[in-house]
Amino acid sequence: MLEIKNLVVQIEDNRILNGLNLTVNDGEVAAIMGPNGSGKSTLSYVIAGKEDYEVLDGEILLDGQNVLEMAADERAAAGIFLAFQYPLEIPGVGTMTFLKACLNAQRKARGEDELSTPDFIRAVNAAADKLEINKEMLKRALNVGFSGGEKKRMEILQMALLQPKFCVLDETDSGLDIDALRIVSEGVNALRAQGRSFLVITHYQRLLNHIVPDTVHVMSKGQIVKTGGKELALELEASGYAEYRTSEAA
Amino acid sequence: MPAVQETIDRVRSIDIDQYKYGFETVIEMEKSEKGLSEDVIRFISAKKNEPEWMLEWRLDAYKRWLTMKEPEWARVDYDKVDYNDIYYYAAPKRKGPESLDEIDPEILKTYEKLGIPLREVEALEGIAPERRVAVDAVFDSVSVATTFKKELEKAGVIFMPISEAIREYPDLVKTYLGSVVPVTDNFFATLNSAVFSDGSFVYIPPGVRCPMELSTYFRINERDTGQFERTLIIADKGSYVSYLEGCTAPKRDDNQLHAAVVELVALEDAEIKYSTVQNWYPGDNEGKGGIYNFVTKRGDCRGARSKISWTQVETGSAITWKYPSCILRGDDSRGEFYSIAVSNGMQQVDSGTKMIHLGKNTTSRIISKGISAGRSQNTYRGLVSAHKKAKGARNFTNCDSLLIGDQCGAHTVPYIESKNASAVFEHEATTSKISEDQKFYCQQRGLSEEEATALIVNGFVRDVLQQLPMEFAVEAQKLISISLEGSVG
Repeated sequence: MLEIKNLVVQIEDNRILNGLNLTVNDGEVAAIMGPNGSGKSTLSYVIAGKEDYEVLDGEILLDGQNVLEMAADERAAAGIFLAFQYPLEIPGVGTMTFLKACLNAQRKARGEDELSTPDFIRAVNAAADKLEINKEMLKRALNVGFSGGEKKRMEILQMALLQPKFCVLDETDSGLDIDALRIVSEGVNALRAQGRSFLVITHYQRLLNHIVPDTVHVMSKGQIVKTGGKELALELEASGYAEYRTSEAA
Repeated sequence: MPAVQETIDRVRSIDIDQYKYGFETVIEMEKSEKGLSEDVIRFISAKKNEPEWMLEWRLDAYKRWLTMKEPEWARVDYDKVDYNDIYYYAAPKRKGPESLDEIDPEILKTYEKLGIPLREVEALEGIAPERRVAVDAVFDSVSVATTFKKELEKAGVIFMPISEAIREYPDLVKTYLGSVVPVTDNFFATLNSAVFSDGSFVYIPPGVRCPMELSTYFRINERDTGQFERTLIIADKGSYVSYLEGCTAPKRDDNQLHAAVVELVALEDAEIKYSTVQNWYPGDNEGKGGIYNFVTKRGDCRGARSKISWTQVETGSAITWKYPSCILRGDDSRGEFYSIAVSNGMQQVDSGTKMIHLGKNTTSRIISKGISAGRSQNTYRGLVSAHKKAKGARNFTNCDSLLIGDQCGAHTVPYIESKNASAVFEHEATTSKISEDQKFYCQQRGLSEEEATALIVNGFVRDVLQQLPMEFAVEAQKLISISLEGSVG
């Protein structure tokens, strides 16, 4: 599904990713853990196509196609979705208006017909019910005045609606209480399917109790330094990141 | 990333110089001699078959104007106008039309191009017949057609070119003309008083709710002419009218002057809603050409419980100097000002409002949204004042500015004067920039950079767009996105 080869990225002469290699298979849920400053968020932004980053070398292949040559909206239409750590507020733009504009822009880019309004509303309502998002929230401007938990649920709602192929969850658990964490995780788990893969970025093992990964990667100094199964997350929880913070990346 | 570079190049290649109303109509025009003198004023007055009192009024204004100086306090910078190098009167040569059929087909074609449904038949059987709008179209200096005249007459509504009203309803005109914007008001208003050639006159009788939207369309066509229209709207006791105004002009390299005066009078319990979509030619990307829009608009809430509401969407003109205001004279009267001012390229906007609270328990509300892009400068200038007798006056002001790019400027200059301790004035102001993060967020969800910008801008102006009549709101939304084309990247 997604293959990252020797990715080297800098921002303002500051090297963040140092020849990162990562493969996520079709239907796989891969977790990336690592200490602060190891480059996890940078990786998510570079996959999604944020412009501030300078890619010096390497490739990111989605089903064999190098997405580095595509603009952010083209990548979105190709199926890449990023659930933001800090979702942005768009004042004055109703949540429904935003969702519809995005969905139809993607459909148009893929050469599909626009969704009819009744079909659209049905799809949103179904997704909202699962995530315990009340209808009043959908009438408000996108993310404006939403609590941290509401914003994260809105991210998952968008993911459910847009049906992406490759989902990056950037510290989706930050700022969530236990109940919200459960709701969000259930929302994600419901979307697990063949033809859809996830990259779950987190500091903490607790999210991975809810969204159980197939593989766990440890990131340090801009590289993947260790890869294992879900038990690796438990080890990290016990031992901490000290080992990865001090050791020079190989 | 090559794709991104491509996007930037494509966006750079689009400039604001795509003014779709910039065509010129070739018709024979009759003009006054260039420049301004008593003779020119007599010429204009004679052309209009005006009564003696009107000529005297104009000449007084002219004498006064000669002693006045062009105001310089606005935050705009432009080459001074040579007032002797302008034609003050230009009219299509054929005689004034008796009916729509007699209008020069070239003019009809022009309005068709502009999308104005001049022909009643077309308006009645047109593409969107469910909503009818009566239109008075002003082409350079004269009014060429007023539609739906008969139907309005049935309701007792007078809607006609002001030049006709001067002849047919001299008492009404004498009573109200200059009663809101005095002849001596300011340099541009005084100039207008001396040379105005046409515009619309509206009178709504007591208790009448005007059966349709009234609309004026202004078009500057002739080179080196100024347009000095004069609009006077009177809503008698308990009446209601909604009035729409739209403007365009051909593309030219030199600047053209537009100095209009609009006066509104609302008597007891009357309501006037005045909406403008102003799209005069803004000049090219380097600031060459474009309209100087120096306009005085003022409404007088003369009667108790009357209400005047200004809504404007301003995307055009090289220079805008315009402050639609309300004098809240009647007790419990209400003034509103909703504005979207978009500037791009080298445009300069200095616009805002004045809410003058004179009566008891008067209320006013100001919502101003300034959007600056390119290398433009956009200033909100507003005055809210309460006089001694304005017990319980209340105002709420909200001024938001949005910056697109880093070469433009937004400025907010609010003035508040209160001589009454019971007045409550609230003022909120924000300046924000469309953040790269907001844009990236939208793009990550599949919107292109331009779609993302348009969406964010539309969110920003939503409160004001909601105030516009439906089809105007759609037009305004389109206009805003056209005006901002090429502002990203």
